[in-house]
Amino acid sequence: MVRLTSLVRTSGCAAKLSPKDLDSVLSDIPLMRCDGLLEGFEHSDDALVYDMGDGRVLIETVDFFPPMVDDPFTFGQIAAANALSDIYAMGGDPKLAMNLMCFPHCLELAIMKEILLGGMDKVREAGAVIAGGHTISDSEPKYGLSVTGFAKKNEVWYNRGLKEGDVIILTKKIGVGVVNTASKVDEADESSIKDAIASMTTLNKRARDASRGLDIHAATDVTGFSLLGHLREMAKSSEKTVEISYHLVPQIDGALELAKFGFLPEGAYNNREFISPDVSFSPDIKREEEDILFDPQTSGGLLLSMDRENAEIFLSRMKDTPASIIAEVKEKGEKLLAVIP
Amino acid sequence: MKSVDAMGLSCPEPVIMAKRALKDSPDGIEIKVDNVASRENVSRYLEAMGLKVSVEERRGEWRITGRR
Repeated sequence: MVRLTSLVRTSGCAAKLSPKDLDSVLSDIPLMRCDGLLEGFEHSDDALVYDMGDGRVLIETVDFFPPMVDDPFTFGQIAAANALSDIYAMGGDPKLAMNLMCFPHCLELAIMKEILLGGMDKVREAGAVIAGGHTISDSEPKYGLSVTGFAKKNEVWYNRGLKEGDVIILTKKIGVGVVNTASKVDEADESSIKDAIASMTTLNKRARDASRGLDIHAATDVTGFSLLGHLREMAKSSEKTVEISYHLVPQIDGALELAKFGFLPEGAYNNREFISPDVSFSPDIKREEEDILFDPQTSGGLLLSMDRENAEIFLSRMKDTPASIIAEVKEKGEKLLAVIP
Repeated sequence: MKSVDAMGLSCPEPVIMAKRALKDSPDGIEIKVDNVASRENVSRYLEAMGLKVSVEERRGEWRITGRR
């Protein structure tokens, strides 16, 4: 069987355009508005939000990327879990999805079928349906979904809304970008790869469900712009400073060692260049520890901001998962983010 | 000292080339790369292997030297 990852230059969310380049383009594109549009791209949020006028909002997102694993079914599962995550990150329920597929004409069609079945598997688990799609012949395979979901208007989460004194919970481990990069050249341990795949194929549905009835002040998910990149967006749009306690950040075993040995995806350096002016690192944080915080994640966890009381209830519902409090929200200081040991 | 040309290659290939070259030439290697991620990753690899690393830039390419 062909190795899917050998066909592509970059993989997963590490294939995202650099945040700096994207920012420079979007800053010249006028915002389009219409009645009912509650969220466009102005706050770099995870999805658009449209007021249905009946107490509900429609949430819409699109996400696709090249493979980060060799098994086509697993790739389909990961791409779908990643696309569905944007709906969960807004507090919504995914309902409808469409496939987006780019596929090389020289590859066996059985591979495409497996990718689609993997995607369908996760969409079904999410309680949604796939009802169409679009396929392009391309030199590199890519797959993902556009997803439509719904939420009650007063229950939507935005990435803005951090309150001073809040704690921020991360629901999955970081380090999958590094592990994916190393596994392309067989340098990652089997156990790290297994851990990364288990994490990437996990829907953020459980984390969203565990938040039911709790007062969530802000939320997003961690993907290609790294843990620090997505925390930066939250801090910036909320006009607060987020203090991250490095030792509390859950990580895939072995990822830090791989970062130390230079198995960082290119996206990690793009992220560092764009984000680091807004970060103060304690001098006790080692370079590889900084690096892993800039590592692009594929299908990463949710970041949820709430007070401590709510956080304890949330964590009690998320036992046996990596969910942990990793940061505190402070009054806006000199930098948007501060990393302490 | 062994010289390696990793121009035009993207990560993680240059790191693997550095690793192979270092096996043949354990006292030090020189490797040419043409992008920031490769420069940083190869430097990290050589440092993690206990080598002293220096980087020389000329016109969009970097020559990384690692010595014991």
